[in-house]
Amino acid sequence: MLIRNNSEIKENQVTDYQDYQKRREFIKTAAGLGLAALSGSLIQPASAKILKSPYSTSEKLTDYEDITSYNNFYEFGTSKSDPKRYAKAMKTSPWTVSVEGHCEKPGKYNLEDLLKPLTVEERIYRFRCVEGWSMVIPWLGVPLADVIKRMKPTSRAKFVYFETLADPKQMRAIKHQILDWPYVEGLRMDEALHPLTILATGLYGKDLLNQNGAPLRLVVPWKYGFKSIKSIVKIRFVESQPMNTWRKSSQDEYGFYANVNPDVPHPRWSQRRERVIGSGFFSRKKKTRLFNGYEDQVASLYSGMDLGKNF
Amino acid sequence: MQASTFSQTRKKNTVSKRAGAKQLKTGEFYFRIVFKPLLFILLLAPALWLAWGAYQDSLGANPVEAVIRGMGDWGLRILLLTLLISPLKRLLDWPRLLRLRRMLGLFAYFYVALHLLAYVWLDQYFDWNEIWLDVVERPFITVGVLAFVLLTPLALTSTKGMMRRLGKRWKRLHRLVYPISILAVLHFWWMVKLDISEPLVYSILLALLLGERLYRNVVRQG
Repeated sequence: MLIRNNSEIKENQVTDYQDYQKRREFIKTAAGLGLAALSGSLIQPASAKILKSPYSTSEKLTDYEDITSYNNFYEFGTSKSDPKRYAKAMKTSPWTVSVEGHCEKPGKYNLEDLLKPLTVEERIYRFRCVEGWSMVIPWLGVPLADVIKRMKPTSRAKFVYFETLADPKQMRAIKHQILDWPYVEGLRMDEALHPLTILATGLYGKDLLNQNGAPLRLVVPWKYGFKSIKSIVKIRFVESQPMNTWRKSSQDEYGFYANVNPDVPHPRWSQRRERVIGSGFFSRKKKTRLFNGYEDQVASLYSGMDLGKNF
Repeated sequence: MQASTFSQTRKKNTVSKRAGAKQLKTGEFYFRIVFKPLLFILLLAPALWLAWGAYQDSLGANPVEAVIRGMGDWGLRILLLTLLISPLKRLLDWPRLLRLRRMLGLFAYFYVALHLLAYVWLDQYFDWNEIWLDVVERPFITVGVLAFVLLTPLALTSTKGMMRRLGKRWKRLHRLVYPISILAVLHFWWMVKLDISEPLVYSILLALLLGERLYRNVVRQG
């Protein structure tokens, strides 16, 4: 068993390391990799040492440039190009995460302390936005379950609530009341503990850039992207289902579960297919899959549930 | 005394007539040779810019979306410009402006047609089943397609020959541009996810353009 795992790791490393090398030159010149990246490199292991995961897909990675320039991060503006342009103003180091609610180890944690005993691993996941586009992203991060277990939630903790930083001084679009800030999200405890769910700290072997939700964000690959909340400052263990920001803004368009589902359309557009970012100008859209292709791993979480009603 | 006055007046008249003729000629010259071609190039520029961007792959991570949105934006902008012509003509007392309306209207149709073509080709890849479902299930697409369908007879009857042949009916037919622009703005409203600032701007502009006409009609009749 151990031997098989090792050979698998080696094989993956070769291809991905080459991939990183190819992009290294670009990344070096990319903006936002000043001091923040240097201090952040405490968290990201060297690319050769990154632990691979059997949960990773072998699909073609989306270009680093596309992942870091086509973003929804409304605290910096509603245009896709706003986050890259304006998110530099956000200070991500030092970063404190407040852990609250029904757990035995609440408190304010430095990002490093929150993650230190854990091993950052790579997870290459499909990422499907509710708007109808998708990417394949090589995240770096830790299983959320590992962080949660360290906080020892009590039996009253049925859901996990997350909150994004909301500082009008660092986030220029907070002054427009487009959404109800701070941005909040939530997961049912079994969703939060699922091995696919991670807290990401990097991508493409590097620290997350601010536009991607640095320094710490959630990634739930079988749900629409808006569930994967960025730049987390608060994690709270709660008893009842928390509200999430998009649902609050439009109850009939965005649900709590937000599981990727081609058969449940957004009221104003179809979810049957998706535009694969970077697939070129003259390419067909890809068929969207139930649970974004993670059906085998997560369908049991929702057995017996009406996915049309609990969208 | 009287005779001399008479001859002076006659002289003056001939001079001012001649100057007027010359002025008209220069105005017409600039309008035809400079102003209209310049406007033509300006109106064509966004399409060329988008085509160049697509060719250079400089339209960002989602070039298909950029092209569809870009063509739609310009179609709507130019459509509203056509509605600006007649109030602007009255404001500036510049009747020649009316002669730009056909070009503007045809450019609006050009961009709207490209917008639709980009949707059918680049976005849906001629998946007619999917397109049909979009048209019947998605209200923003329904009104968009309806606007295009209504705009088509206006483009087809834009020639001088058709104007002559249709006579009074031509004017009635071309009043369709008012409901079409309302549909176009509605198409934008229903499409946006959350940030309504852009469709709001277009709505306000359209409300001003239509409001001015309504006001004039009421004043004239009342």
